[in-house]
Amino acid sequence: MATPIVELRNIEKHFGSVIALAGVTVDVLAGECHCLLGDNGAGKSTFIKTMSGVHPPTAGEILVDGKPVRFGNARDAIDAGIATVYQDLAMIPLMSVTRNFWMGREPVKRKGPFKVFDLDGAGRITMEEMARMGIRLREPSQAVGTLSGGERQTVAIARAVYFGARVLILDEPTSALGVRQTSNVLATIDRVRKSGVGVVFITHNVRHAMAVGDRFTVLNRGATLGTASRGEVDVVELQDLMAGGEELASLEGSLGGTV
Amino acid sequence: MASTADGASPDKPSANGAAPDPGRGHDDPSLAAAAPDDDERVREMPAWRRALIRPELGSICGAILVFVFFGLVASDSGMFSGKGVLNWTTVSAQFAILAAGACLLMIAGEFDLSVGSMIGFSGIVIAMMSVTWGFPMWVAILTAFAVALSIGWLNGYIVVRTGLPSFIVTLAFLYILRGLTIFLAISTTNKTIIGGVREAAEGDWLGQLFGGTILKGLFVWMGERGWIETFTRGNREGQPVVDGIPMLIVWAVVLVVFAHVLLTRTRFGNWIFASGGDAQAARYTGVPVDRVKILMFMFTAFCATVFATCQVMEFGSAAADRGLLKEFEAIISVVIGGALLTGGYGSVVGAALGALIFGVVQQGLFFANVDSSLFRVFLGTILLLAVIMNTWIRRMITGER
Repeated sequence: MATPIVELRNIEKHFGSVIALAGVTVDVLAGECHCLLGDNGAGKSTFIKTMSGVHPPTAGEILVDGKPVRFGNARDAIDAGIATVYQDLAMIPLMSVTRNFWMGREPVKRKGPFKVFDLDGAGRITMEEMARMGIRLREPSQAVGTLSGGERQTVAIARAVYFGARVLILDEPTSALGVRQTSNVLATIDRVRKSGVGVVFITHNVRHAMAVGDRFTVLNRGATLGTASRGEVDVVELQDLMAGGEELASLEGSLGGTV
Repeated sequence: MASTADGASPDKPSANGAAPDPGRGHDDPSLAAAAPDDDERVREMPAWRRALIRPELGSICGAILVFVFFGLVASDSGMFSGKGVLNWTTVSAQFAILAAGACLLMIAGEFDLSVGSMIGFSGIVIAMMSVTWGFPMWVAILTAFAVALSIGWLNGYIVVRTGLPSFIVTLAFLYILRGLTIFLAISTTNKTIIGGVREAAEGDWLGQLFGGTILKGLFVWMGERGWIETFTRGNREGQPVVDGIPMLIVWAVVLVVFAHVLLTRTRFGNWIFASGGDAQAARYTGVPVDRVKILMFMFTAFCATVFATCQVMEFGSAAADRGLLKEFEAIISVVIGGALLTGGYGSVVGAALGALIFGVVQQGLFFANVDSSLFRVFLGTILLLAVIMNTWIRRMITGER
């Protein structure tokens, strides 16, 4: 088996007396979509933040390409190729797609003694990258606010990939979206995965996970219940694992399998 | 940098990708599949609508309206003679200098209410240093700038460090600086007005950058050719009525152009937009939001000091009550210019036009012999209209309902 791009071993995170993560082990391979499932409060957010360098773990180790690393801040993780797309903080609606796409990494060209923002070049590349993701823009100066929620996620994903992300963490990218927008985002995930990027897809929707996932890890009360490959588990099993089993099983009966 | 992107398969947009506007899920899917090119996102936006969402539009229309109005009402009052034009241009330039700073700061998501007090403070520092203590004028001016920039830095530092609204922090400095200004003036000279600055600035190289006029030769030449008005009597007979462009106007143009280019054509400009648009999202992509905001507070303080220095040179004195309400006038110019009070959107050109409207109306009402108290009525009304229009434009852009 190939060396995982990122591997987290026995990660623990304590906030004071609260144990948010109690030994979580997850690894991400190139070109796979690793779904991280968990109910609210299962520790998904804490885990993402640990992986993206926002929180240092209390115990456990992080390995990139098999070598142990320590992330001091989010920038360190980004430099190591780990990019995170947050659900609602991905884009600034009032700014154009181009300005959003290049935010923080604006290309400059010299004009006399000054360095100016190369808006034409940036706009052209933005249009190309968006087209690659299946979004046709009217013009590069179109405001992000005019895009739908799914398209905004896609712009954020395209941006992360363009700037060299090797592992892409998507924090509940589909939870606020309608059916069509969700399928657009899932199609984007599929595209990104095929280009060799490892995707960590965080969700609590088992059906979305099953649609694109290669491997599935369920978080429950700060601990993993193991990782399963595609074909080894089905929707019902994952659902049960997330909810901790019993209660949902009894609910299932009364709701007729709709959950 | 783009190595990974090159590896991505440039596959044709899939059925999902080409689905017309997923935001409107009620469309009949079969229709959508039949005509994928009628994509709402690709259709040309009507030109009028695109023009409408430019931040400057309101102020361009406003400026045209104001000129037409006063052209009709006050054309025979001398408002559009050489002297009259210089009059309202100077007033507009004063507003524009402050608006340039306030505009960038507002787009970066913050306010500075201490601008007016800063004007009084810088003026007194210059007069005190040069007149009372006898330092050369250039030392006095540089000291004023250094002090003002430090206070701007402090404003910004407190705002980004405490996370308090800049409204409160700079309101505190509005009082602190005004109080200090009066205290300094009284305790050193026993007066709140320090005169004699013009004499102290005589022949000073830096003082000339803020005091004098430029292009004198050009204006004399234009007067000789009869293109502009000249004095017909008295000891200045034959000399042009307007003898040059005051440095105040030059500063206004320089600051507006600088701020405009910085905002729209540089990476730093993109960071200004990003910091005001959504500070957290900007931080996630590596924009140094705190640094941007602090620098913008410093730029605002710089603009206030430019204003103060020009004013001190023009009047030949500094007074502790100078600059009263200037912070609000600057903010009003910026808002008329189409910037959003919440940050992230706006235009320096718009703000400069806002300043022009402001100056033309204030002086125009004087030329038209209208009671000057009505100016405030006008100001309040136009401010309200501008804010309503800006909010509407914002909804157009972001698609909020």
